[in-house]
Parts: sequence; structure tokens; C-alpha cells
Amino acid sequence: MLRFVLRRLMSALPTIFIVVTLSFFLMRVAPGGPFNLERPLEPQTLENLKRAFLLDQPLVVQYGHYLWNLLHGDLGPSFIYRDFTVAELIAKSLPYSMTLGAWALLVAVLGGIAIGSYAALRQNSFVDYAVMSIASFGITVPNFVLAPILSFVFAVVLHWLPAGGWGDGGPRNLLLPVISLALPQLAVFARITRGSMIETLRADHIRTARAYGLPTRVVVVVHAMRAALVPAVSYLGPVAAAVLTGSVVVETVYGLPGVGRYFVLGALNRDYTLVMGTVVLISVFIVVFNLLVDILYAVLDPRVRYE
Amino acid sequence: MADTLLDIRGLNVRFSTPTGDVHAVKGIDLQVNKGETLAIVGESGSGKSQTMMAIMGLLAANGRAEGSAKFQGQEMIGLPIGKLNRIRGAKITMIFQEPMTSLDPLYKIGKQLAEPMRRHRGLSAKAARARAIDLLKLVKIPDPERRVDSYPYEMSGGQRQRVMIAMALANDPELLIADEPTTALDVTIQAQILELLVELKQRIGLAIVFISHDLGIVRRFADRVAVMRTGEVVETGTVADIFANPQHPYTKMLLAAEPTGRKAPPADNAPILLEGRDVDVRFSMGGGFMGGKKLDIHAVDHVDIRLKEGQTIGIVGESGSGKSTLGRALLRLNHGTGAIRFGTDDISEASRQEMRRHRRQMQLVFQDPFGSLSPRMTAGQIVTEGLLVHEPQLSKSDRDVRAIKAFLEVGLDPATRNRYPHEFSGGQRQRIAIARAIILKPQVVVLDEPTSALDRSVQKQIVELLRDLQAKHDLSYLFISHDLAVVRALSDYIIVMKSGKIVEEGSTDQIFDAPRESYTRELMAAAFGK
Repeated sequence: MLRFVLRRLMSALPTIFIVVTLSFFLMRVAPGGPFNLERPLEPQTLENLKRAFLLDQPLVVQYGHYLWNLLHGDLGPSFIYRDFTVAELIAKSLPYSMTLGAWALLVAVLGGIAIGSYAALRQNSFVDYAVMSIASFGITVPNFVLAPILSFVFAVVLHWLPAGGWGDGGPRNLLLPVISLALPQLAVFARITRGSMIETLRADHIRTARAYGLPTRVVVVVHAMRAALVPAVSYLGPVAAAVLTGSVVVETVYGLPGVGRYFVLGALNRDYTLVMGTVVLISVFIVVFNLLVDILYAVLDPRVRYE
Repeated sequence: MADTLLDIRGLNVRFSTPTGDVHAVKGIDLQVNKGETLAIVGESGSGKSQTMMAIMGLLAANGRAEGSAKFQGQEMIGLPIGKLNRIRGAKITMIFQEPMTSLDPLYKIGKQLAEPMRRHRGLSAKAARARAIDLLKLVKIPDPERRVDSYPYEMSGGQRQRVMIAMALANDPELLIADEPTTALDVTIQAQILELLVELKQRIGLAIVFISHDLGIVRRFADRVAVMRTGEVVETGTVADIFANPQHPYTKMLLAAEPTGRKAPPADNAPILLEGRDVDVRFSMGGGFMGGKKLDIHAVDHVDIRLKEGQTIGIVGESGSGKSTLGRALLRLNHGTGAIRFGTDDISEASRQEMRRHRRQMQLVFQDPFGSLSPRMTAGQIVTEGLLVHEPQLSKSDRDVRAIKAFLEVGLDPATRNRYPHEFSGGQRQRIAIARAIILKPQVVVLDEPTSALDRSVQKQIVELLRDLQAKHDLSYLFISHDLAVVRALSDYIIVMKSGKIVEEGSTDQIFDAPRESYTRELMAAAFGK
């Protein structure tokens, strides 16, 4: 198992390398640069800034320089927030994103699996149709629509909750962002779980469990749920990585100081190193969570063995 | 009259489907007495399994049961699930047709064995485990102390069925329902499982309802027989009566459905049509560029075979013996090595283009009449598809004429050629598959278990069809099967395979009447009883 983990981490390095290379050059292809401001800088200032950030060097040299630093764990200085390094910015904002993401993930996974299983047990009933229509709605409505609507209704009209801001990070501040972030994923988990649960409930070994007088509760929770979770788990990897590294939309709408906001600001301001830093962060998260998912597979299903 | 254990009166089972209700069991009466073995015999769709599923409360969601089934005086139909769960798994237990999938793949067998014991008898985890080990010993699983911690995927089909039997016996039931318990197993394993059931029944004295389509097994095993057809019990009686003196025409038909007849060998000087020398096929499983352990399987181990014109060679063996792989290697459909000649041509190294010329002469019919026909093409299109490749000059109407001819030849109504495969029965589909092969006027047809998925009475018709076609078109067959009765009826020469090697070969009479190898004798004993 340890060998498997090591091998997987090794094989992730080329992937991350390709992601870094592609995003590095794509960023540079985009028109403009970090110092193209509405009010142009003095030519001498611009020259000095470019020299300071190595932008006067050929692109290949800059790329080599970036890679070399990256290998040493140095994400470089931010071009825009000039008092901070990218690593500092991420370290500052990641806890916010991860807190928000963890809650959203928890709600999405637990809620989705519970709702999906419930619908599967009452397949083709009114409850099933109702739950699944709502789930479809959750998938269809993008969170850049959902988040402002929630904010408008509960903050602006009803004054129950604050419209945005982190505040003390308590439930009052987190409730709406968590719902906005979790709902679409919850809907997907519900659909996946319902589908696999319906299939599992028809399996021969479920018939065996029922034939041997096990109560429905045991049949469902012990025998059906575990097998039915496998497809949901495969979806969990990429979703966890995406949700935990900050949602651009939700953080922007609710004005939360997470990674997602820096990603947007970085991209808009052509803050090359900041964007690269968030890209590296997200790819590392994706690699790690996919690995965790593979390990979780082996826990769920003893037939899965990694050499 | 002996004590009645299970008394079924006027039991109906209906399934609601989008096209209306299906009346699967039509008001049947049946009694099972204490300690007896009642066999319920019938072909697929006769309602034999659904009768028992209804009593166990295991009907599919769209099924409903009406009528009465009293177990020890307790009405089972409509019993609330709480009360039902006190009977099933304790007083009535069940083993199923699918040993590979009937156990939960995610839990150790010890836990699965223990679960009903803990539930029904309140045993502690430790006591249940100890009894699980005893039970594994009882059903003759070697090394039970270790195997109790095995997962189902670590066991063979036969072993899994033994585990199911152990589970069925765990709570000392009064009644065991065995739903085709050996159908999915190889013949030698089948015989072992049946022997085990007979032995356990004598030791424990429980009543058994044995659901089967195989009269041969029933004869050796049951006390009484009930014959079912399209949801009705057409005849019941003791085994002796039913077999010696069947009353109902359907019972008579079932009894006569064992394939009969023999095939005469071709002339000694008949030319050799297809020859394989030193045929060898290996598969690698697992591995890959990331490393990992590779598993090499030697599927066919240096086999020689010669098929003469007009000959039928039966290749028999249990699953995994390499018989299908050999058939495919001779048609150059896998990566085997060895010298393969077709007629006068050496095709061992023929390229795909070169092989195309020979393909029409070498056709293949598969076991699965459901999976081997494209569901999106009409029967007519399926049958004539090969003509598009091999006779591209034919017009659409020419092909249609050929399709009508082929349909008539295999005994299908040509008017049905515009229907889709799902509208045909299993036997009809196999006729479509045969029509697809013979429309190209081949010389060799490899028949890979063409009758194994079919009911006995349908099997017999297919055997006769194959025999007629062979006589009419001078076909040579390679007939791959584990069913010795069918092989005997069709082949004039037999090859017995085991683990990729030929164990024994010879004329049909010699192999069946005077087998030399102990493995061949074991196969015979398992297939035909002692």
C-alpha cells in the first residue's frame, strides 16, 4: 500500500509539471501585463519593476527561473500585492476557503447520500420524484445565480443574516455561503447515490440478506449502502479538491477573503505568480484527493488491492 | 398422510408491467411434507421460482401474491415484514442459482454466516464464529478456521455454494428451498454439491424444495416431483411414478427432451479441412507500465487437432479448460501460436486482409443468444450483415431474398425478419445466430456452447437443426460444450480438455463407453449419474 501511495505521488509529478507549464505560457499569451494600469507608469519605474520581477528577461529564462523556485517550494512574490509573497497570500486565505469548503463538503456528501438513498428506497414514488426534481434544480441553477438570490432574500429582504463578510466565521456568516457552495454538489451526490443504490438493491446478495430475515434497516445500511457508495466516492475526489481550494463565485458574492478571490483578482490583474500559485495549489489538492479516494476504495471494497 | 409442513392453496403471482399484467403463477396447490424432498420441475418462465419467492416475500417490487401458503399453520402470504423476518432465515432458508453473486462481496464469509445466527438465535459474536467454523467443516470447506476469514471473491463458485448451504443450515431450518443450486456450476462440482445436499438431508432430516429444470438431477435426488408449465402445476407424483408412467403430455415431452441420436464418422479418406498443430495460447493479466504483478495463464497448452470434412469434433471440459480459447485460436481470433492450416492454405501467419478471404468459410456461433445479437438491428439485418462484406455486389432485394431463404432453413418465419432481437425467445435467437453463420455458406462452423443457455426441449430442437444443416450443406463442426448429452448426440469424435491440455481423445463411442482416463470417467459419472 505504501509503495502504491509513493508510486502514485511520483506519477503525479509529470501531471503537475504539464499543468504548470501550460498555465505559465497561457498566462503570458493573454494580452496585457501586471503593470498595465489605467494610468500608465513612468517609463523608468516600469523598467525598474520589470527588472525587479525578471520580466525583462526572455520568456524561457523566466520559465526556468519559475520552475527552479517552484522546486524549492518558492512560489515567488506577488506582482500586485508587493508586500507579500504568493505563499503568504495563500497561507492567509486558504484557512477561510478550507473552512467554508469543509462545511460545504460535509453538507453535500451527507445530505446527498441520505437523500439519494431515501429516494432509491422509495423508487418511483411521489417522494422520489419530488426529491429528484429538486436535485435536478440544484444541478441546473448555477451558484452565481443561487448565491445572489439567497443573499437578497435572507439578508436584504428578511434581514435574518448578514449579506456578506467573514465576521467571526460563525454560523450566521457561513450559512448562506455554505448552502450556495454545497447545494449543486449535494444534488449531484443525491443523483449518483440514488442510481447506484437502486442498482445495488436489485443485487443478488441483497436478496440473500432479505431471505435470511435481516431487517430492512440492516439490509440497507450494512449491505447496500457500502456497495452503493463507490460511485459517489469517485466523484468525491475532484469535488473535494475544487470545493476546498475556494470557490471563485461564492467568495466573491459574499465578500469572503478566500483563495478563490485571490485567483480572480490575480487573473484580472495579470498577477502571474499569484495565478500560478493558485493553479499549483489546486493541482496538488486534486492529486492528493484522488489518491485519498483510491485509498477509500480499498477500504470500502476488499476486492480492490493495490500493489 | 404425512405431516404437512408447507401447504400452498390457490396461490397466484402477478407482475404489473407497462404492457399489462403478467400472470406468472396461476392458482396452484402444492404440499410439502416434513422431511421430504419435493422437486419442482419446469422450463424457464414456468413460475417455479416465483412460487417460492412469493412465499419468502422476495417478489420483485412490481410483483404481488394472492392466495394462501401456510407454513406450520402460519399464513405466509401478506405476513407483515417483521413477522416474516422471524421465519425466513430461521425456519425456512434458501440457496440460490447464482453462487458467484449471492454472497455480499464486501464482507468476510464468517461475518455473513454469523449474521443470521446472531439475529435469530441471539448468539454472541464469538459463539456465532465458532459455529460458522463448524458449519464450514460440515459443508466440507477445507481449512475452515482460515477460510472463515475469506472474502467471497477468494473462493470458487462451488465453494461459495457450499458457504450458502452452510448459511442455510445455520439455524436448523425445517425447510430448505434450493433454487437451481447447481445450474451455474461445472458438472463435477454439480455432482459434489448434490452429494453434499443428499448427505446433509439424511443427517439433519429437513424438508427440501428443489427447483430445477434438469430432470436427470431430480431423478437422483427427489422423493416427489411437481411439474410446472406456464404458471400451473400440470402433474405431481412420486419420482418413480413420474419417470415410469408420466400422465401429462408436457411431462412426457420433458422426459423425451434428452437429445438423442448419433453421428456417423466421415469416411476415413475424407480430406482434412482445418488443422492445428502445437496450438498454444497464453494470456497475461494485470501488470502495465506502472508495474504490478503479472499473472500468466496458459489457456491452451500445445494442442494438436484435425477436423476432417463432414466431421463434428466435440470439445468438452469444464469452465477454464481452454476449450473456447482453442476454438478461437483455430479461427485466428486470438494471439495463439502454432501451425494452423485451412484446406490447403497455411493461415498461421495470414494478415487480417488475407484472413478475410477465409472468414466466410469459418463461422462462429456463440453461447449467449441474448448478448451476441445487436439489439439495434433487425433480425434480417443481423443475418445478412456478413453478405455486405463477403458479397458486396448483392442488392438490397437480393439480400432480402437470401434472408428469407436462411430464415426458412433454420425454421423461423421469414415474416419476422423485420423484428428486433428482444422480440424473440432464446431458442429463436440462437436460430438467428445460426442463420447468420450459414447464410455465408461456410465450410466450418465453431459452435461455442450454442445450446447451454436454452431449456432442454428447445435444446433438442437446436440439436436437430444443426444436424439437418450439416447433412444438407456438408458442414464440419467444432462443437464446444460442457454438456455431454448434447455432445454425444452431435459429435463423432471427442476431445476432452482440462487446464489447456488434451486429457483424452477418441471416437464418441470409445470416449463414452470405454473412457481410459480417470478425469473423463469423473465427467461421465457427474453427467449421467452412477
